[in-house]
Amino acid sequence: MARMKFLCDAERCIECQACVTACKNEHEVPWGVNRRRVIVMDDGVPGEKAVSVACMHCTDAPCAAVCPVDCFYTTDDGVVLHDKDLCIGCGYCFYACPFGAPQFPQQTAFGVRGKMDKCTFCAGGPEPAHSEAEQVKYGTNRLAEGKLPLCAEMCATKALIAGDGNVLSDIYRKRLIKRGGRPQTWGWQAAYGQEA
Amino acid sequence: MSTSTRTARERLARRKKSMAWTFCLVLVLSMALPLGAYLVTTPGAVAQPAGERFSEEHATNPRSDTWRHARADGEGFTTASGPYVTNQLISNIGENWRQMRNGPVKAVGSWVMGLSLAAVALFFLVRGRIRLDGGRSGMTVPRWTVFERSVHWFVAISFIILSITGLSLLFGRHVLIPLMGNAGFAGYAQAAMYVHNFLGPAFGVALLVMILMWIRNNIPTGTDLKWFATGGGLIGKGHPSAGKLNGGEKVWYWLGVVIMGSIVVVTGFILDFPNWGQSREIMAWSQVLHAVVAMFWIAFAFGHIYIGTLGTEGAFEGMAKGRVDTNWAKQHHDLWYDELIQQGVKPEPAEEAGATAPSPEPAAGQKPTS
Repeated sequence: MARMKFLCDAERCIECQACVTACKNEHEVPWGVNRRRVIVMDDGVPGEKAVSVACMHCTDAPCAAVCPVDCFYTTDDGVVLHDKDLCIGCGYCFYACPFGAPQFPQQTAFGVRGKMDKCTFCAGGPEPAHSEAEQVKYGTNRLAEGKLPLCAEMCATKALIAGDGNVLSDIYRKRLIKRGGRPQTWGWQAAYGQEA
Repeated sequence: MSTSTRTARERLARRKKSMAWTFCLVLVLSMALPLGAYLVTTPGAVAQPAGERFSEEHATNPRSDTWRHARADGEGFTTASGPYVTNQLISNIGENWRQMRNGPVKAVGSWVMGLSLAAVALFFLVRGRIRLDGGRSGMTVPRWTVFERSVHWFVAISFIILSITGLSLLFGRHVLIPLMGNAGFAGYAQAAMYVHNFLGPAFGVALLVMILMWIRNNIPTGTDLKWFATGGGLIGKGHPSAGKLNGGEKVWYWLGVVIMGSIVVVTGFILDFPNWGQSREIMAWSQVLHAVVAMFWIAFAFGHIYIGTLGTEGAFEGMAKGRVDTNWAKQHHDLWYDELIQQGVKPEPAEEAGATAPSPEPAAGQKPTS
């Protein structure tokens, strides 16, 4: 089986937020919940790098390891999903995740957070594919239609690519060979010169 | 013959000496030569001015700096907003916390609680119930007021509920999911979490009242040292003197209620109110501290509960009804009893006539049946 992965090419990402918008719109994600976000390192200085981050669908997922109710499961495609019917909103997955992927609809006193929500790799949830319940809880199940996650599909510069890990690494390897592997010959410096 | 042997011996000695010196030279050079690079390279080439970061002659890969920064909890800029949105690319605390919680916290906690239970059981089997020496006198003196008992029992019952709900969240996945199934446990865990999160603050307030209420009874005195020297009456004959509270009770107060209680309550508040804006890191380490200290406290509480109920005849009624038998008072808290009598407190007969009769409990500690 394929192992689904996201890959964000920091040399190509232009921080246009199309992936964020596509995700929010496709899955009707509520305010305050961000399944995907763009983080810019060294923002505003030469050499800044933007990276689009969401759930990385880890092999040995920390969220699944710390969940008190064991509501996470990994699909045959290597996508890490969770069951909102089991989730109790304890917030442990948010502490454990290195990427800050788990999100909660509210943040109030007495630890009331609501059910955790995160990127599903556009693969829905445990409910039957394309059912009303799945749509409401997890958003669209594009994978069941044979489509890839919308964020990657809509990326204008193809910085964000999604799919089988082997295919992604082939694509990325070809890009690196094309660039000659030296950061000085690509990206910011190539466009604006050495002494930018 | 002798000269030739001598020269042969000398030759051998010389060879050994030269080998030893050669070995030393090799050692020194092998350490010194790599350091020679230090002299060749210009010092200060490491720190580059920002403008030269991408120049060809010091070709530092700008990417490596970026990713090193990202790997070390570096923060960036994000336009996304929301209570759980972070601008960190990679947060190291997550994996560290997971290793701690799923490893040492669970292991140490379960061992400490298990050993404490085993120790209490062993003590009961070996020593048995500590009886009243002269039986009951039938006369009682007041020990705890209604207010004190109310606070104690609110804290005690909350403690038990909080322990069960808290331990369910830590160990439920191993213990309860196999019994209840995933969906059943999730329903229970949801209720347990809400009970834990709403009862916790009330428990914290009651604990503070308890600390203030009993601090004057718990000032350590010289009497406590003598009490400890005899192991609370376990070593040697007779009972050590004690005031209203003995040394053991004062340790439970200071170490258990004050120190452990404060840590558990403060970390609990940090976890219970994510809307105060504390970071993931603070919350994760609070969880570790909360769980570890709480489990040590539970282990300590097993001892307290045993001594106050099964372990000592005549102790429980003090906290249940507020009055204790005079013989119990003389045996366990003689100084306090003398003080009461001096203050003019008159012992009164026990409410129920049945209380004077010897209690029909099985004599523990003789030979445990089954």
